[in-house]
Amino acid sequence: MSTQTSLDAPSATARTAQRIAVRCEGLVKRFTDVTAVDGLDLEVFKGECFGLLGPNGAGKTTTVEILEGLTAPDEGSVELLGQRWNGGGDDRALRERIGVQLQETQLAEKVTVMETVRLFRSFYKRGHSVDEVIRRVALEEKRNSRVGKLSGGQKQRLAVACALVSDPELLFLDEPTTGLDPQARLSLWDIVEKFRTRGGTILLTTHYMEEAARLCDRVAIMDHGKVIALGTPAELIESLGADQVIEFSVASALADDALKTLPAVKHLHKRGEIYALTVSEIGVALPALLAEIERQQSEVVTLTTHQATLEDVFVSLTGRMLRDG
Amino acid sequence: MAKERHPLFELTAMRVREFLREKEAVFWVFIFPVLMTFALGIAFRNTAPDKTPVAIEATTGASETAQLLSRSSEITATVMSPNEAAQALRSGKVSIVVRPQNDSYDYRFDPTRPESRAARLILDDVLQRGRGRTDVVKTGEEKITEPGARYVDFLVPGLIGMNLMGSGLWGLGFTVVIARSRKILKRFAATPMRRSHYLFSFMLSRLVFLVLEVAAVVVFAWLVFNFTVRGSWLSLILITVLGGFTFSGLGLLVAARPTTIEGVSGLMNFIMLPMWLLSGTFFSSERFPQVLQPFIKALPLTALNTALRSVMNEGAALSSLWIPIAILLAWCVISFFVALKIFKWQ
Repeated sequence: MSTQTSLDAPSATARTAQRIAVRCEGLVKRFTDVTAVDGLDLEVFKGECFGLLGPNGAGKTTTVEILEGLTAPDEGSVELLGQRWNGGGDDRALRERIGVQLQETQLAEKVTVMETVRLFRSFYKRGHSVDEVIRRVALEEKRNSRVGKLSGGQKQRLAVACALVSDPELLFLDEPTTGLDPQARLSLWDIVEKFRTRGGTILLTTHYMEEAARLCDRVAIMDHGKVIALGTPAELIESLGADQVIEFSVASALADDALKTLPAVKHLHKRGEIYALTVSEIGVALPALLAEIERQQSEVVTLTTHQATLEDVFVSLTGRMLRDG
Repeated sequence: MAKERHPLFELTAMRVREFLREKEAVFWVFIFPVLMTFALGIAFRNTAPDKTPVAIEATTGASETAQLLSRSSEITATVMSPNEAAQALRSGKVSIVVRPQNDSYDYRFDPTRPESRAARLILDDVLQRGRGRTDVVKTGEEKITEPGARYVDFLVPGLIGMNLMGSGLWGLGFTVVIARSRKILKRFAATPMRRSHYLFSFMLSRLVFLVLEVAAVVVFAWLVFNFTVRGSWLSLILITVLGGFTFSGLGLLVAARPTTIEGVSGLMNFIMLPMWLLSGTFFSSERFPQVLQPFIKALPLTALNTALRSVMNEGAALSSLWIPIAILLAWCVISFFVALKIFKWQ
């Protein structure tokens, strides 16, 4: 403490450090045939829900598993809650403070919900009671059911319960709602939102844009192991310079160039028969589009408009759909 | 209601539950050895010694020979054509063929077959006496059937040994590899769980089942075959526990790295097959050539079977069994630590 540095700088740094739950710099992870993570920097603030959004194979899971200390990065550094993974006894202390749900874990089928939660609870020094956790994920009625008898959504809630038993400061969820029906997805979102309301920090990965938009305070869009956009969902959508998307199909093909130069049109994307126009003012763009279609002697087959979404952000950045992978 | 207990307790309880809820596993570990004891005990039960089957070639003098042999209670003789006799000898229906000559007999038999060698001695004795040979010295006989010397007495310790090996290797090998392939190991690795607790819980759960496994076979053999344990129960328990731990260690070792059931099955068969054959479960391993003996004796199942037999059949004290015990201990400690070292959590 006897250094010559000014008094302001360290305290400011310390204040920032205290606000940061996850920080990683220059993460690189190569597998034999592919570079899964390619120079990744991230900062997640305490108390926020941070989303890693990207198509399958973007490197989301590898990134999360590096952060969780399950995979060692080839390059770069990770800091969780002010601590680094060092392979020693300190790691166990850090694991006490985080909760993890892995994408591929299939819990043992022959044991019950309560037995499973009780096992995970026994690994932690402190945390919720088993009953409390089961209540939080709304599995009270299933507490004595075997895991093999649960529905997909119930299994996923149990996986989240196992991540919540320690009352963690930081919760990692890797594609928590993939493959679930809308009802099950809603009930999982509910659990996540309640955890965040109580002041917990969440890092989740998803390839559902509506999930990211609904749950996340900030989103990093990942593609090919890199972050290609970062911000709040609103900021990212705003960055399109447009707030509406017109999707339509026509009876006979149109000349693309004429569409791009229509008033208020920012971006054109074609997927098979479907044209998608990102536009800033729908009131200007739509009549112009209809006139253009008529001028090219074609006919509208289908036409819908929607508010621009994170999906449209991804499309405009990569030219691909999230689901295309 | 749900009080937090020690992770080692919870992990062990989980092992026990998962096992008991797997019906097939329960069958293979508890029912199968009992059925095996029953089947083999019945097949090789001690009855009055069988009569030695002899074929007489149908030549001149065949009927006199048959009459001579019919006086003996140890022989059943049948007159057959030379072809039939040769066929009967080949297929093991008779142990020896006798061809009466003018004033002599020719024996045809396979000297590599123990029962044929015995038949030759009995047959020769009956014929010689029948033709007037007298004994030089008077001999007396005392016939005994010693419990502990029957085949079933030999079999029970061997089956227990084989069962300990099987349940240790299958029980651990499969459970660990399934947990790895379902990413449960990875999930555990993301908790503060101590890894040694996880591995040690397997040892503890084995201990729970071991008692039942051994008891099932011993009690059954006692009820049905009047099997008795001659040595001390304490020695028996200590040796089965050591054997159980040794094969748990080996189970962990084979399961340390494979990620698929196929992979671990191959490894397990590779380890178990030689021991099934060589380690003296169904017949004494002393029958294998002398060159192989040091190798066979160093196998954990041989050591376990030897120790179990010495205690159960001969009532040996632990102190006299230090060699097999040392062999088991070495396998146990080395495999556990190597397993811990190379264990893959994802």
